[in-house]
Amino acid sequence: MMIVAIGVFVIGITFTVVLSFTNSKLFPSFNFVGWRQYEILWSTPRWVQSVTNIWFYGFGHIVLCMGVGFALAVAMDQRIRGEDAFRTIFLYPFALSAVITGLVWQLMLDPIWGFQAFVRSLGFADFTFAPLANGETALIGMIVASVWNGVGVTMAILLAGLRGIDEEIWKAARVDGIPAWRTYVSIVVPMMRGAVATALVLLVVNVVRTFDIVIAMTGGGPGIATQMPATYVIDNINSRNVGHGMAAATCMLAPIAVLIIIQAVFRWRASRRGRTTS
Amino acid sequence: MKSFFPVVAMVAAAMLGSTAVRAADVEVIHWWTSGGEQAAVSVFANEFDKTGDKWVDNAIALGETARAAIMQRALGGDPPDAAQFNPGRQYEELIAAGLLLDLTPLAEKEGWDNFIRPEQIKAPCKIDGKWWCVPVNIHMQNWAWASVAAFKKAGLEVPTDWDTYLADLPKLKDAGVIPFAVGGDGGGWQISLLANQLILAQLGAETVEKIWKDKDLALAGGPEVLKAFQTLKTLGSYADAGSPNRSWADTTSLVISGEAALQVMGDWAQGEFQVAGQKPGTDYACLLGPLVPEPKYVRTGGDIFVFFKQNDPDVERAQLSLASMMVNPKVQALFNTAKGSAPVRDDVDMSLANDCMKKAIEVLKQPGSVVPDANQWRNEAFTTAQNAIFSDLIYNANTTPEAAQAQFVELLKNAE
Amino acid sequence: MSSVSLPAGIEPSGPRPRHVTATRIGIYAFLLIAALFFLIPLIVMIMTSMKSMSEIRGGNIFALPMQPTLDYWVKAWSSACTGRDCYGLAPGFFNSVKITVLSVPVSIVIAMINGYALSFWRFRGSELMFAILLFGAFVPFQVLVYPIIFGLSRVGLFGTLPGIVIVHTIFGMPILTLLFRNFFASLPVELFKAARVDGAGFWRIFFSVMLPMSVPITIVAVILQVTGIWNDFIFGLVFAGRENMPMTVQLNNIVRTSTGTVEYSTNMAATVLTGAVPLIVYFVSGKWFVRGIAAGAVKG
Repeated sequence: MMIVAIGVFVIGITFTVVLSFTNSKLFPSFNFVGWRQYEILWSTPRWVQSVTNIWFYGFGHIVLCMGVGFALAVAMDQRIRGEDAFRTIFLYPFALSAVITGLVWQLMLDPIWGFQAFVRSLGFADFTFAPLANGETALIGMIVASVWNGVGVTMAILLAGLRGIDEEIWKAARVDGIPAWRTYVSIVVPMMRGAVATALVLLVVNVVRTFDIVIAMTGGGPGIATQMPATYVIDNINSRNVGHGMAAATCMLAPIAVLIIIQAVFRWRASRRGRTTS
Repeated sequence: MKSFFPVVAMVAAAMLGSTAVRAADVEVIHWWTSGGEQAAVSVFANEFDKTGDKWVDNAIALGETARAAIMQRALGGDPPDAAQFNPGRQYEELIAAGLLLDLTPLAEKEGWDNFIRPEQIKAPCKIDGKWWCVPVNIHMQNWAWASVAAFKKAGLEVPTDWDTYLADLPKLKDAGVIPFAVGGDGGGWQISLLANQLILAQLGAETVEKIWKDKDLALAGGPEVLKAFQTLKTLGSYADAGSPNRSWADTTSLVISGEAALQVMGDWAQGEFQVAGQKPGTDYACLLGPLVPEPKYVRTGGDIFVFFKQNDPDVERAQLSLASMMVNPKVQALFNTAKGSAPVRDDVDMSLANDCMKKAIEVLKQPGSVVPDANQWRNEAFTTAQNAIFSDLIYNANTTPEAAQAQFVELLKNAE
Repeated sequence: MSSVSLPAGIEPSGPRPRHVTATRIGIYAFLLIAALFFLIPLIVMIMTSMKSMSEIRGGNIFALPMQPTLDYWVKAWSSACTGRDCYGLAPGFFNSVKITVLSVPVSIVIAMINGYALSFWRFRGSELMFAILLFGAFVPFQVLVYPIIFGLSRVGLFGTLPGIVIVHTIFGMPILTLLFRNFFASLPVELFKAARVDGAGFWRIFFSVMLPMSVPITIVAVILQVTGIWNDFIFGLVFAGRENMPMTVQLNNIVRTSTGTVEYSTNMAATVLTGAVPLIVYFVSGKWFVRGIAAGAVKG
């Protein structure tokens, strides 16, 4: 079965890459057109916008999840009361699908029904917070929703990392009179880099796949303000422009391939240094 | 669930020793989900069920989504029995791949050639002498729908030309009315529809075809088209905050309720006014052209149905029976009255149609009045990209009409 | 919930609190504000689903329902329309149950064996296989959608229940294999070596040594898969076919079907119902989820 899965990944990706050099429409054809699809792709404003969007959205999502997640984890680690209750609250959105996240936040951010209307009804008639209605801010609305959904997991992973730190470290730091924040920054965080790496990997995986939340929340709009590479690929398959869609898919794959190669090189070098540390 | 009913019927037939034909289920994918559209599709479903076979409804909201599902199922080897498309190039790969049922024998037997008109409606289905689909209606896209109450609220008359309306926009806004209603769902097809009508209004029926049919880049990059892009930008700035991901039907309901003043939309919007019980002339105004005092042309689109080969004689018989029923004059009358569209044949009693529709049918009869929708010439990939350009223009404050026009020319240059 | 004590070694380890200071008040304030941010959407969802449309129009989304009603829940469950079909979410619910019940055990058993093989039985190409699987964890589904539609149609499984189960199994494999591999890699190698010395083979070690030890990580995997598969949208949309359409796809269809004005009451009721299953799984097993992260993932 593992062989089957690997086969699917390898054959599927090969198929995708090969078709990206053809002008396949609905069915695969092997009428090769060279780099033509890629030339059109990078001169298509919607694709360029999608690529810009995924970087902006990905950066915002990851930085906020890591920042807020770490802040929550540190706060939770202060021997507080009701830790279980807090953790339950912070984590539950993760159990909900991106479709649900998108739908509920669409309502929350709706200019007529949502938060903006609520604040205005309190007497602040000029209050404006309806990011989804405006092309320049729609991605911010989407980041708010996706952070709500995903930050709990980052918090949980980082908290587990914090709990893995030896109590002695704190004692030693206190004896030396190092302030708590400096202990976190220069001792604790470097010691929990495994947790940080895990959290980061999960966040990156989720960002690259971003699709469902776009469909449920904005449909890619206003205009093309929240289009993502994944929606571009699917739309091109659906509009029977498979060759072009596969060129876009191949481009989505490239940064991930680079990431994996870097990781593989590190693993290889690590395994040469000491075969027992895996 | 194609199996259960036929089995029962077969057993019953065997027991009775009769040679009765076995009823079959016909699964139909379409995107008619709004109130008016459901009234119309129910005509088909009910009439078809009366014949003994069964209409299995598979309605998928939004044309883009429905067509995607049809294509994925065709690709996956599990196509529906019948499927809706817009006339034009949306199903050319299906014909080329030999997936569709050839309707030519049926069409010849019933003489479709003699009564389906005009030529522009026949052409997308009859390709190289063979019939591959059934046209069921003629939709006219170049309409504007205006709320009489909304204009009254701003102390205005419903305008009959663009200049007056553009001048009215700020006044409508001051009166607390949404001056211009538009929705941006499905990647922006509503905005493309609007842009196409604005370009038509600029160029006229004789010239406008050159853009999409002949890919005339000089014309597409010229001053008339730029003017249309500028108007589009202006209209966009008067849309409301709820516009971006809204469906056409929800947008129409704003005009029905008088919250919004005017929407440019095809005549399927008429079905919504009917369902809401509104009367043309008193509650709402229909402005063909759109907003042209003496309209001389109609931008036609519509709906067609294709039938996928199923290798099952019973299903095939039922498919042909459905195809035949769809062009039946009585069904055409009922269906098109509910849908707000014009029938595909002349010998249909449209006495039930309202004044708007009668006006349009008159224009339709004039020679040279028909301008087919761009779908006829360009494929869906083009349409999707075009939607992106137009909707970016109206929703992105930083996109200028000039920039959008340059993108449009580039798109046209690469179009297949 | 607090009766379940944390396993040793993961007690709070931050700097010991000294007194009630401004810092501590700040910490609680921060946590409470955060909790509010997390809870509000759920509250809004539930409250909206209990209000009539006229009440929604008259008030605001944060107002308590004046005449709470479950009518919209009933409607969303059994009679909300997608097109002309007005069967509500119920068929989607049962489809999701079918898909989940079949996909979860299959994918976990396979991933467990994979993880075990990859961490103890170094064979030729195992590093390469692991690298490819890891790559698979990152590959966006959309890249493979088209080849898989095409492949499944060739074997006649497109749009069928086995088809969607296979797709879930394949796409769940990278992350689950990673999870199990990291877990097995964290076990002392001596355990494995001792069993080898005793002459145990691949399967015996697996069943008598590894399987009993991997109960906690398996629970984590089950939670991940149940929520993941239940919440899946795109695979269900593309591969499940009309007969097996899962609840999330049906939810989206119901929300997108509107006749004039958006009926938020029904939409939110449908949303709550669709989210109920993963939420229950989560509330019942939340502790395991966190425990699993502490036990496995961090060491990878």
